[in-house]
Amino acid sequence: MSRLARHEPAVAERRLSMAEAVREALAQEMRRDDRVFVMGEDVAEAGTPFKVLSGLVQEFGPERVMDTPISEPGFTGIGLGAALTGMRPVVDIMFGDFLFLALDQIANQAAKVHYMSGGKLKAPIVIRTTMGATRRSAAQHSQSLHALVSHIPGLKVALPSTPYDAKGLMKTAIRDDNPVVIFEDKMMYTVKGPVPEDDYTIPFGQADVKRSGEDITLVATSSMVYVALAAADLLAKEGISAEVIDPRTTVPLDVETLVGSAMKTGHAIVIDEGYQSYGVTAEIASVISDGAFYQLDAPVKRMGAMDVPIPFSPALEDLTVPTAEKVAELAVKLCRKGS
Amino acid sequence: MTVVNGSQSLAMYRSMLRIRLFEEQVNELYTSAKMPGLAHLYIGEEGVAVGVCSALRDDDYITSTHRGHGHCLAKGASVDRMFAELLGKEAGYCRGKGGSMHIADQEKGNLGANAIVAGSVGIATGAALSAKKRGTDQVAACFFGEGALGQGIVYECMNMAALWKLPVVYVCENNMYNEYTHYLETTAGDIALRAPAFGIPFHEADGQDVRSVYESARAAVERARSGEGPSFLLYRTYRQHGHHVGDVDRAYYRSKDEEKSWKDRDPLKILAQSMLAEGAADAVTFDRLEEEVRTEILEGVRFALEAPYPGPEEVLMHVYSS
Repeated sequence: MSRLARHEPAVAERRLSMAEAVREALAQEMRRDDRVFVMGEDVAEAGTPFKVLSGLVQEFGPERVMDTPISEPGFTGIGLGAALTGMRPVVDIMFGDFLFLALDQIANQAAKVHYMSGGKLKAPIVIRTTMGATRRSAAQHSQSLHALVSHIPGLKVALPSTPYDAKGLMKTAIRDDNPVVIFEDKMMYTVKGPVPEDDYTIPFGQADVKRSGEDITLVATSSMVYVALAAADLLAKEGISAEVIDPRTTVPLDVETLVGSAMKTGHAIVIDEGYQSYGVTAEIASVISDGAFYQLDAPVKRMGAMDVPIPFSPALEDLTVPTAEKVAELAVKLCRKGS
Repeated sequence: MTVVNGSQSLAMYRSMLRIRLFEEQVNELYTSAKMPGLAHLYIGEEGVAVGVCSALRDDDYITSTHRGHGHCLAKGASVDRMFAELLGKEAGYCRGKGGSMHIADQEKGNLGANAIVAGSVGIATGAALSAKKRGTDQVAACFFGEGALGQGIVYECMNMAALWKLPVVYVCENNMYNEYTHYLETTAGDIALRAPAFGIPFHEADGQDVRSVYESARAAVERARSGEGPSFLLYRTYRQHGHHVGDVDRAYYRSKDEEKSWKDRDPLKILAQSMLAEGAADAVTFDRLEEEVRTEILEGVRFALEAPYPGPEEVLMHVYSS
């Protein structure tokens, strides 16, 4: 993943894993603001199954790093109640798949309370959860469900693809007065990258151009950023110059950067690990088609996860997610059609 | 033995009367087609909201239900802004964007009515967690109907409230009907055994007797405030009207005789009779009170009817807090 280094600020010399970056963001915010606390299943001594939170309970104690029973609706609702009354909880939902259990609290309660109260009640709650397949975890521990929450007005949704972004987006989420759902790809927790120790935030709704190019725009989220970058390398060998853009947040979405890039290149593929149908790829492709229609040389293409429950067998699971080869193949087809 | 004195009783009577006359106006607004949508009337259950809220401080929290006007008023909401909300007017508590089922009044600690049955149990329990974390001695009272006993989140939250000794009081109003279905058809076992299974003290009282509601609520609130943890209160009460204002033909799920027997046990009537018998008030006092409250209600309705609707720009406001 070293190729990403050139996109990070020059001052950054320390390298942290994505898990360490998330932990540092939480620890810094908890030191800065007494109202911030973490709650969820196995967050304290266990530090989550992915060890993302290891060490936090030692520094902040069990009052601020609270192990809960296995009760997603209950502790999400309790987090919301705390948020409405002056606290800033970070609620940990271990696997994104478990969002379905807590959806009433997230979508009917947290997302709507500010609006329904005419702007009086505020819900500064962060819901940290995971996404990403190919971990051989089968259909109920592998889904990428960010489209589900991106669909609900009132929620903000962030998907960091680098340790640098993971830290900055988490800090922004904690300081935001709205409910924010953050999806971390569980396959990327060990990915290392430059992360400055200082306090920095990354504004929501600001896409990151990971690689500049002239011929095609590859919009990619979370781990698909790496797939898109690898595809861009393959395309470079074919003489095709690909621009890779990571929106970083699906809500709010940086429409201007995405459309601007597609207007420049005339081609676009949207790559995302959520199910393809009715998904994030559909929304972003539509936004690009709308905004760049007269500059496009081909229809905007979507590459999401296959519309199947994620299978267990490695032989099958690997077929369900976009790969660099498939992205490059489609890009070549798109770019050569017009010429 | 009663520890509720005459002036407290009169204040509770006034509060119940305010809810009663408010709700009668709501019904009137609905039947005269002046109110959009629906409303779920609290008439007959006033003793629970008033008894419990009389045991709370202004800075204590409540969460409420779709049948929430009574809780809101008992916690101190003003009549005019409530009517305005019910009519979808900008002067309403939620600028007309919440309506009958979502009135929230943060200044009085009301974290909102909720249109999802049991939807606010987490919120109340979380407010209690927050009070504990912030080191205040605030208490959260969580109102829900017996229908909420069918929702898992109630038990999840009771479990955590007991584990963490949270200052929350669960207030179950058993008005006997989950919408149009008698609760015995939906509720297995004994309601009284549910809370003790989590180590939460359970107390049952007559919801039609506001003073006995108050006494039991006061004990639970004191227990919560002193850091001893949650309680579960169950009040037997009755919804004199239907599930909502439009539910007028109810013979298929309950008898006229049943309705009449509960009307005889009206919470206002019960308190007024006791107070007259005790010499705590006379007929003139009640007449004067009724006139005062009626004037407040009618002025509130007039205010709401004349108030403007929100402008179209309002539709996009408050989706996000900036």
